[in-house]
Amino acid sequence: MSLDKKQFLQAYRTMRTIRDFEYRVSDEFGKGNIPGFLHLYAGQEAIATGMCMNLSDEDYIVSTHRGHGHCIAKGGDVGDMMKEIMAKQGGSCAGKGGSMHIAAVEKGMLGANAIVGGGPPLIVGAALSAKTLATGSVGVSFTGDGGSNQGTTFEAMNLAVVLQVPAIFMFENNGYGEGTAAGYAVGSKDIASRAAAFGMPALKVDGADIFETYETCKKAVDHCRSGKGPIAIEASITRFRGHFEGDAQQYRGKGEVKRLMKDLDCLKIASDIAIEKKLATKAELKKIDKEVAAYIDEAATAALAAPSPDVSELLTDVYSSAY
Amino acid sequence: MPIKTYRQAINEAMAQEMRQDSTVIVIGEDVAGGAGCDGERDAYGGVMGVTKGLFPEFGESRVIDTPITESAIMGAAAGAAQTGLRPIAELMFMDFLGVCFDQIYNQAAKFRYMFGGKAQCPMVVRTMAGAGLRGGAQHSQNLTQMVTMVPGLKVVCPTNAFDAKGLLITAIRDNDCVIFVEDKFLYETSCEVPDEMYTIPFGEANFLREGTDVTIVGISNTVNKALAVADRLAAEGISCDVIDPRTTSPLDEESIIESVEVTGRLVIVDEMTPRCGLAADISSIVAEKAFGSLRAPIMKVTAAHSPIPFAPALEDAWMPQESDIEAAVRAVLGYTR
Ligand SMILES: Cc1ncc(C[n+]2csc(CCOP(=O)(O)OP(=O)(O)O)c2C)c(N)n1
Ligand SMILES: [Mg+2]
Repeated sequence: MSLDKKQFLQAYRTMRTIRDFEYRVSDEFGKGNIPGFLHLYAGQEAIATGMCMNLSDEDYIVSTHRGHGHCIAKGGDVGDMMKEIMAKQGGSCAGKGGSMHIAAVEKGMLGANAIVGGGPPLIVGAALSAKTLATGSVGVSFTGDGGSNQGTTFEAMNLAVVLQVPAIFMFENNGYGEGTAAGYAVGSKDIASRAAAFGMPALKVDGADIFETYETCKKAVDHCRSGKGPIAIEASITRFRGHFEGDAQQYRGKGEVKRLMKDLDCLKIASDIAIEKKLATKAELKKIDKEVAAYIDEAATAALAAPSPDVSELLTDVYSSAY
Repeated sequence: MPIKTYRQAINEAMAQEMRQDSTVIVIGEDVAGGAGCDGERDAYGGVMGVTKGLFPEFGESRVIDTPITESAIMGAAAGAAQTGLRPIAELMFMDFLGVCFDQIYNQAAKFRYMFGGKAQCPMVVRTMAGAGLRGGAQHSQNLTQMVTMVPGLKVVCPTNAFDAKGLLITAIRDNDCVIFVEDKFLYETSCEVPDEMYTIPFGEANFLREGTDVTIVGISNTVNKALAVADRLAAEGISCDVIDPRTTSPLDEESIIESVEVTGRLVIVDEMTPRCGLAADISSIVAEKAFGSLRAPIMKVTAAHSPIPFAPALEDAWMPQESDIEAAVRAVLGYTR
């Protein structure tokens, strides 16, 4: 049931890829190479990874404004993503979406979403397709603690139960919606406990631990695949960066970020456990780190060199046919 | 007179009204920030810092941080407005109108009429709009046209700091639901703004420049672009009337018509998409009421009919630029039957 060696190394590679990707885009943003707004997933890697390892390209996910990690974990092409975020030709969304709309539709990553709470209803629809077409696929919506309070989320959870669709509501509780604490904004204090009121089961997990997260997600995916209807998960976690790049984070306590980055670093936790369980050696992990670093650097270098989209693209893809 | 930014002017209008009217409250997401956190309160003062300082002065009973829940924010503001408060509800980005439009256009806008004049809804929705910051398809829209078409709503689009203060004070004192559309490009712009409180009436356009050849009407920040173009063209001897309607509902039709009666030529600039928009609306009003004065077809300078693209090159092509305005002015001047 737990991650075996091969799976662990894959999980570690994915988490490391997300982490390096995020720090690289942060650097490039600082250098002025990335336009717009940037919300980074650094610190939350184990959640997207632990969930998506249980999914195939036939399964669906919808994401949030903090979507790079979900996209990478679902198999999105890192080079294309880098180009998209830099608004370049060859980007995953042809340069029309950007960071907040990163997507890999061909991999079942149906899109990041800049409307908080925009995703949960969409995943009910994806799960409805799976049920109606009997594909055996499941749908997962990633939503924040902040997004858990939107009416759209409540409606989606209720509808998923009514329709008994294979939908997983994954709530990533990183403690904040922008500069407001989840402890203030989530009236029930606990997101998972709301699920019962809608008529679905819920699981809770420490989102910094890839082993536990993987297993919890596996339970949820198995639940959905066996036709038992929707399920919710609340994964507790922290974000290493500000809400957006450039956020001064005065709302966080003195030393809080530093402490949490030390205590809740999923990569560190993963390596420690793996080495202790003899699932990996230090040398093996170092090798992955090196390979990932080179991979990210290659993606960034190619994206920096790529041309901007041609202005003739402005009116393409507004509609499916000539307009 | 002191120089203040658009941001400061808006902040000052709220603070001054809150000091003299204890029923005025501010409600929205991170309007203070730091609720329930270990760090500082008032950490944001709104994502653009526009409400900063209100929380320390007025406290949590009047500067209310909410969960992310726009529908409930707008509905709660409307319900409170019906029952004795004067809420200023913040909708962080105008794009989020989609999440809460029912509470605004089916509820707040209709109370007075539906209930036979026995109810009122004195609330302000402060919101931020405008493209050009590479915010992408869901963080860049100016949806002024969508709210302008709703009977019962008043719609204000301040284009400079002086107007922002006077119009916001009018909005807070108004007994209807007012949508106050702040252009995110203008927060850092500044001009002379009196320290005293003053009001600017709704439905009175501002003539930013008087001219005799072409009338240019601009909405939100496009009016500033129009002004820059008019200044440049003046050097060539082309004289433009530049009109800022200030409010799109009510709309000062008369001023626009009077101007067109002199110039005979009209260019309307609107950052929004072209179909069913404000440019189309104003164009139809002028065609109907000043047809005889027109010496050239009315030209609309609008955004393209597409969602707002992320890539800077595409976004720049999407939205009206000064060069587009200049081309339109030259086109109406060069028109011959
Ligand atoms: C409908 C809507 N309201 C508000 C926002 C502004 N906003 C963007 S992200 C965010 C906080 C989201 O918090 P959470 O769901 O916990 O996700 P996190 O940022 O922690 O990943 C807010 C308020 C938005 N994008 N959409
Ligand atoms: Mg959060």
